[in-house]
Amino acid sequence: MDNRKKNWLVCFSIFLLSSLFSEAKQIGTGKDLYWMTQAERFLEMKDPSVQRVTLGALLMGLSCGLIGSYVVTRKLSLFGDTLSHAVLPGIAVGFIWAGEKNSFSLIIGAGIAGFAGVCCLSLLKKFTKIHEDSSLGIVLSAFYALGICLLTRIQKVGYTDQSGLDSFMFGQVTSLSSGDIIGLFITLLLIGLFITINFRQLLVTGFDPQFSKSIGIPNDFLQFLLWMLIAFCVISSLQLVGVILVSAMLVIPAATASLFAKRMKNYLVLSSILGAGAGVSGTFLSFLGKGLPAGPLIVLFSAFLFLVILLLRPENGIIVRWLKGRSERSRIIIENTLKATFQILEQKDFQENEITSLEIMKKRGLSRPEVEREIDNLASSGFCTKSFSSNDEANLPPQTVMILTPKGWEYACKIVRNHRLWELYLTNEAQYEPDHVHEDAEKIEHVLGEKTVRQIERLLKNPKLDPHGKLIPSITDIHQGSLPRPS
Amino acid sequence: MKHHDLPIEVHDLTISYQNRPVLYGVDLEIKEGSFVGILGPNGAGKSTLIKTIMNMIKPNGGYVKIFGNSPKTGIKRIGYIPQRESVDWEFPVTVFDVVLMGRYGHHGWLSRIGKEDRKKANECLEQVNMLPYANRPIGNLSGGQQQRVFLARALAQESAVYLMDEPFAGVDAVTEKTIISILQEMKKEGKTLMVVHHDLASAKDYFDQLLLLNMRKVAFGSVSEVYTHELLQRTYGGKLAVLSEMATEVARTPEVS
Repeated sequence: MDNRKKNWLVCFSIFLLSSLFSEAKQIGTGKDLYWMTQAERFLEMKDPSVQRVTLGALLMGLSCGLIGSYVVTRKLSLFGDTLSHAVLPGIAVGFIWAGEKNSFSLIIGAGIAGFAGVCCLSLLKKFTKIHEDSSLGIVLSAFYALGICLLTRIQKVGYTDQSGLDSFMFGQVTSLSSGDIIGLFITLLLIGLFITINFRQLLVTGFDPQFSKSIGIPNDFLQFLLWMLIAFCVISSLQLVGVILVSAMLVIPAATASLFAKRMKNYLVLSSILGAGAGVSGTFLSFLGKGLPAGPLIVLFSAFLFLVILLLRPENGIIVRWLKGRSERSRIIIENTLKATFQILEQKDFQENEITSLEIMKKRGLSRPEVEREIDNLASSGFCTKSFSSNDEANLPPQTVMILTPKGWEYACKIVRNHRLWELYLTNEAQYEPDHVHEDAEKIEHVLGEKTVRQIERLLKNPKLDPHGKLIPSITDIHQGSLPRPS
Repeated sequence: MKHHDLPIEVHDLTISYQNRPVLYGVDLEIKEGSFVGILGPNGAGKSTLIKTIMNMIKPNGGYVKIFGNSPKTGIKRIGYIPQRESVDWEFPVTVFDVVLMGRYGHHGWLSRIGKEDRKKANECLEQVNMLPYANRPIGNLSGGQQQRVFLARALAQESAVYLMDEPFAGVDAVTEKTIISILQEMKKEGKTLMVVHHDLASAKDYFDQLLLLNMRKVAFGSVSEVYTHELLQRTYGGKLAVLSEMATEVARTPEVS
C-alpha cells in the first residue's frame, strides 16, 4: 500500500514539474506577446479547435496508455510498430476508393490493411522458421513501402482534395475532425470495456500462459482481441501523431510506468495518466509556438517524462543511486582516515593524542591537499578538532594537528575492531592463511553491522588479539575506556 | 465403462510435436489417491504427456479421459503447475496475485473474486511458509520461493488431481524437502498427484508409483516393481532408433481420414 502512495506522489510531482516547465517557458519569453496570448488562448479553452485537439490528444493518450500496458508487458512493442506501418497502404487505397479524404473510408481501408498485415505475420509464423522479430521487420517495411508508393502516386495524379493526406505520415492536428474525435472516443470505450471485463484473464495469460490454458481461458482468442484493439488504437491515433510515431505512444507511457509499477492495476493507471499527460502537454507546447507540430511534441514530451522518471525514481533512479553511492564513498573515506589515526596512535603506544597531517600523509600515502581535505571532513563531522602546530623545527611548513574527539575515537576503534575481528574470523573459522585476510577485511570493515560483530565475537569467544598479534578493541574497551585512551 | 471413476485414463496415446514424434501408444490408468512420479531422459515426452492430458496438445491418436469425461471439460478438475520456463517472471504481479490465480477457475468470466478467495489464498501461502512475501513482486523471489508460490497457487485450486511439471527444478535441497512434505500432505488428503521428476535417486523415496517413459511407456507400477536395474536401463538406455526414425516418417506424411 505504501508503494502505491509513493507512486501517486511521484506521478503528481512529475505533473507539477511538467506544468512548471511550460510555465517557465512562458514567463521566460514574456516579451513575446504571441506566446502569452497563445498560452492564454489554450488555457481558456474557448477556441473550438483548441478544445477539439486537446480532447483528441487526451483521449489518445488514455487509450494508448491503457492498451500500451499490455503491449509492453507482453513484449508486443515491435508488433505495434509493424501494425502502424501496415495500415498506410490501406489509407491510400481508401482514399482512391472514396476519391476524397473521407474519414470513414480511410479507416475501413486502414483496418483491412492492418488485418492483412496480421495475417501475413501469422502465415510466416506457421510456415517458416523465421524468428518473429525478422518477420515483423519484413511485413513492416513491405507494407510501408507499398503505402509510400501509393501515396506518392495519388499526389502526382492530383486528386481534388488530397491536401490532408500526408498528415497520416506525420500527424496533422489541424485536420482533426469531430468524426476523428468520435473514433478516438469509441476506441477508448472499447479498450476500457475490454480491460474491465477481461482484467483477470489478461493477467493470468500474460503471466503464465500454460496455466491459463489449463483453467480454460482461451489465450489465442484474447490475444486476437488484443491485436484488434491495438489496431483500433493505432488507426484512431494516426491523425494526431502519424504512422511513424504512433507506436511510440503505445510503448513510451507504458514503459515509463513499468519503471516502478509492481502490479497490473497501478501499471494501467500510471500508464494512462502518463499518456494523457503527454498528450495534453504536447498539444499545449505546440500551441505556444508557430509551426510546432503537435504529434512529435506529444511523443517528445512522453520521452521527456520517461527520462525524468528514470532519473528520479525514489528507489533506484539513476540520480538517487548516484547520491547514495556518493555518500557511501565519503563514509568509507572517513572510516579509512579514522582507521589510519588509530594505527598512528597505536604505533606511539597511545602515549600521545596529537596527530599531524604529515603522519597521516605517510600512513595513507596521500598528498597534502588530500589529507587536509580528509581532516576537514572529519572535523566537520565532529570526529576531531583541528589546530596548527607552532613549532617549525625542520623548516617544514606549519603542520595541521588533529585530536580525535570521544566520538571520533569510538568510531575509529569500531572500524579497527571490525577489520581485525574479520581477519581473525577468516583465519580461525574459514581457514584462510593470515597473509590472505587483509584485503578482504579492508572491504568488510565498512559493511559489518553490530549484530554480525556480536555474532562473530561470541563465535570466537571475545578475542583480544588479531592474527597478527594486534589488539582488537572490544565494545567494553571502547565504552569503559579500559583501552589506553590517549588524553 | 468400468473405468468410469478413474481420475486419468490414457488409451493408445500417440503425439507428435512440430512433426517430431514424442510419444507412442501410451496406455495409462491412474487410480484415485495415487502419487506417481514420471521419470525418463530428456526428450522422453514427460512434459508432452502432461500437456496432452491438460488438453494443450492435440494427440495424433488415442484418447485421454478425465473422470470419464473428455479433457476439454475434465481439466477443470485438475490443478496444474507448468514448467518454470513458460512463465514471464518479470510480469507486474505480486505473490498474492499469483496465488489468487488459483481461484480463477472457480469463477465464471464475470463473477468477482471474493473475500473467501482471498482468505483461501492467504491460507495456502501460509501453508508453504510464504505469507510474509505476499506483497512482493514475483520476480524478486528466488527460484525456490517462486516454486513454493506455485505450489500455493495449486493448493488454492482445491482440485482432486494435480499434474506438476518439474516442481523441483531450480530448487535448493531445503525447499525440495518442504515441497515434498506438502505433496505428502496432499496425498494424505486423498489427492491424486502426477509429478514429472528428473532425479532418479530421490524418486524411489518420494513417490508411491513410478511411470517410466521413453517415447513409449516402459513401465508403470509401484516403486518396488518398477525401480529395477533392467527397467531403468531400458528407460535411460537411449532411444529406439528404428521406432524414432519411422515415427518421424509417419508424422511427415499427410493424414488421410
